[in-house]
Amino acid sequence: MITVNLAIIIPFLAAILVPFLHKTIKRIHIGWFVFIISSALFIFLIRYIPNIANGDTYLYTIRWIPSYNINFTTYLDGLSLIFALLITGIGALVTIYSINYLSSDENLSHFYSYLLLFMGAMLGVVFSDNIMILYVFWELTSISSFLLIAFWYHRKRSREGAQKSLLITVSGGFAMLVGFIMLFVMTETMSVREIIATVPNFNEHPLFIPALILILLGAFTKSVQFPFHIWLPTAMEAPTPVSAYLHSATMVKAGIYLVARFTPVFGGELTWFWLVTGIGLLTMFWGSFNAIRQTDLKALLAYSTISQLGMIMSMFGMSSAALQNGYSLDSVVYTQAAFAALFHLMNHSTFKGALFMVVGIVDHELGTRDIRRLGGLATLMPITFTIAIIGSFSMAGLPPFNGFLSKEMFFTAALNISNLQFSSETWMNLIPIVAWVASIFTFVYCMIFVFKTFLGNYQEEKLEHPAYEAPFGMLISPAILGALVILIFFFPNVLGEYVLTPAMYSIFPYMNGELGLHINQWHGFNTELMLTIGVIILGTLLYISLRHWKKIYRLLPEKWSFNTLYGNVLEKTESISNAVTNSYMTGYLRDYMVYIYLFFIIAVGGTLFRTQSFLFNIEGNSEITGFELLITLAMMIAAVAILLAKSRLTAIILNSVIGYGIAILFVIFRAPDLALTQTIIETVTTVLFLAAYYFLPEWKKEESKKRSKGVNAIISVAVGVIFTTIALAVQNGKLFESISYFYENSYELAGGNNIVNAILGDFRAFDTMLEVVVLLIAGLGVYTFIKLKARKGDKPLEDK
Amino acid sequence: MAGTNNLILRTATSLISFLLLGFGVYAFFAGHNSPGGGFIGGLMTSGAILLLYMSYGMKTVNQMLPINFKTMIPVGLLTAVLTSAGSFLFDVPFLSHTFGYFYLPIFGEVELATAMLFDLGVYLTVVGVVMTIILTITDDQ
Repeated sequence: MITVNLAIIIPFLAAILVPFLHKTIKRIHIGWFVFIISSALFIFLIRYIPNIANGDTYLYTIRWIPSYNINFTTYLDGLSLIFALLITGIGALVTIYSINYLSSDENLSHFYSYLLLFMGAMLGVVFSDNIMILYVFWELTSISSFLLIAFWYHRKRSREGAQKSLLITVSGGFAMLVGFIMLFVMTETMSVREIIATVPNFNEHPLFIPALILILLGAFTKSVQFPFHIWLPTAMEAPTPVSAYLHSATMVKAGIYLVARFTPVFGGELTWFWLVTGIGLLTMFWGSFNAIRQTDLKALLAYSTISQLGMIMSMFGMSSAALQNGYSLDSVVYTQAAFAALFHLMNHSTFKGALFMVVGIVDHELGTRDIRRLGGLATLMPITFTIAIIGSFSMAGLPPFNGFLSKEMFFTAALNISNLQFSSETWMNLIPIVAWVASIFTFVYCMIFVFKTFLGNYQEEKLEHPAYEAPFGMLISPAILGALVILIFFFPNVLGEYVLTPAMYSIFPYMNGELGLHINQWHGFNTELMLTIGVIILGTLLYISLRHWKKIYRLLPEKWSFNTLYGNVLEKTESISNAVTNSYMTGYLRDYMVYIYLFFIIAVGGTLFRTQSFLFNIEGNSEITGFELLITLAMMIAAVAILLAKSRLTAIILNSVIGYGIAILFVIFRAPDLALTQTIIETVTTVLFLAAYYFLPEWKKEESKKRSKGVNAIISVAVGVIFTTIALAVQNGKLFESISYFYENSYELAGGNNIVNAILGDFRAFDTMLEVVVLLIAGLGVYTFIKLKARKGDKPLEDK
Repeated sequence: MAGTNNLILRTATSLISFLLLGFGVYAFFAGHNSPGGGFIGGLMTSGAILLLYMSYGMKTVNQMLPINFKTMIPVGLLTAVLTSAGSFLFDVPFLSHTFGYFYLPIFGEVELATAMLFDLGVYLTVVGVVMTIILTITDDQ
């Protein structure tokens, strides 16, 4: 039996196959293969509709990392089925469209591989029950979208758009991951179903609100909510099939999916209601307001997508009001908002997909999509024009198109919410007003889209190619979508009953009784209809007077846009981090030494100070003899003299005075082996110093500022004081018995009287062995360094 | 230096260097019971050889002592490591040393310890490294 897990994997496998097929089969466009895959998946998923409508759900698990609770678990219910049908269905239509859209000179195997990758990832997002798997697929959608946006990677703007979308969506995804981990901490399960089942047990947890906000961040960045919406208009540099598929129908709805999926978890929280509803409405308003100023058709559609997604988001937010006081029959009325959201989600995918394809046709046939150069295409491209009218009138919310139904339901939901008494009435009353104003703007830009493009004067001199109707192949997909727009208007309840109702039970799993979901085309002369009529009248007036009030957009110059903010943040981050790095990575060894010693002073000195370890106990110390005093004095004089020495030779000799002094001290403290070694090694190092001296330039006193000299002096004195303090304080705390008694009977144990040598060669010979290795490395180092340089016959290696 | 007439230096060297060599070997063998050992012995031996180089010049000593000091380093290291690893043959941990008393024809009863072999490795390495470093630097000039 073919399971849902397999359905997710098939696109990935197909993505691997695409390049091979593309190479071997030259005659047939590789897109047909992708079309077969996506339509087969679509048919496979359609077969589930009757069972899902009966209330069945399907759960499949493939073990992945069971010890971490991470399993490839898929859950097929009403909600995921809606999204999966959109993904595969629109995927199939977009593929047909792209077959005609992309010429065979393009890198087709890349395109279709990315597309399949995206399709698989998107199916993974909607089917995953395990939150970690969900996150994995979530990031895969970001990556494949990045690849698709930058499909024409030789264009600078494509690369910029891809970078921007990746940065924004991935940082949101990262926040979401943290939210998921918090969820796991609270519930100790990674399964969404189990999390939903245990909600009442953990909604008082201190991590509950942070998790809510972080997960919403993920949803908002992906679903282009305010102020993260800026990546979508720049992502319009992608090929139009990609824009139609990813940036209107599927990927940008992943955030919507997430919100819908987690509504049963967080919906009871007021924060959730306000964030989702508020941000959604703000996005809806801001998107529709900005869409009007656009001159690029795709940018207009991008802002319209932003606006429509804000609308869907706000409806999900409104529906969470049903959970405020727990599940009850009274709250059923608020669940209608979620129903409207799901319905509009479907509608938006149909008409926005069609509209993007229309823009693609215009762009493809005429070589431009600038509104100012277009016009009068209605008679030249009648079919495209018809589809454009259907799509944009539906978007504007006019009958007899499906957008009308969902817009009416949206108004109903907004009006219902305004009757709700949470906190203050003014805020509640604001919701339907904002919704209504945003709808007016929506109406205006829809009219701009149709009439500025297709009516007016035909200006052939401004176009790259004269206008002709698009080839048949490019018209199939938008025509199907356009037909769906009308069909859904006349038979909305087919969709509502079989597809949307089961999804409602996934969003409100514990809602008692009937949710009473029914869509009416005609519901009498009520407030909603009045609102729509108001939208039409005011929208028409605004459209006609567009020239007069368009100036207000100049009040909001480009300088103050979020795009500029984003650019500045990127630039500043780079320049500041550059400045910070340059400020301390000076390239001077001297400075790094200062950091190291400063760190030492702060860390060790601070510890000494904090633990108050300045206890000195000199009781057990032995007497100081005059001889020791004399040698120490000589060494100290030599040490101070080095600092004042005028020539390098003096410094070398004085240095060896210290070395021999130490050797004499070893003699006094009865360490003959050490004394012997110290004497010889001191001699050897002095000789090596002298050998190096011969090649060194004149010793110049450093010309440093008085201030840095002072700092150096302070640092060195501080380091010396700290070391002395430690050495003195250490005597105070003797925590363990000495272990030297063990070596006293070395003659019995190792057969030698020389304890030092027995330790070096027998008891602790491992250290000796490795020290011999150190010697070996040093010898080889000197040898190779000198010989290599000599062989190359040029400058020493260091100077290169 | 080789060209100049350093009669006193050379005469003294021929005496002192052998004394030094002897002392180096003594320090090496004595290390087990009195001050000394592989490291000091090795340093002294290299000091003696260096003295020879200083008074007689590179060419002469190279002919006199046809030793490649570079090969001495790995030989010494191998001696030390193999001695240490030899303990595996007797199923004891790495670097386990043992000692015993044996009767040898000339020396009479003598204490022999495997630690001595280990020390020999140290000795050879030290001589090799010191000589390599100094000869390489000298050669470069």
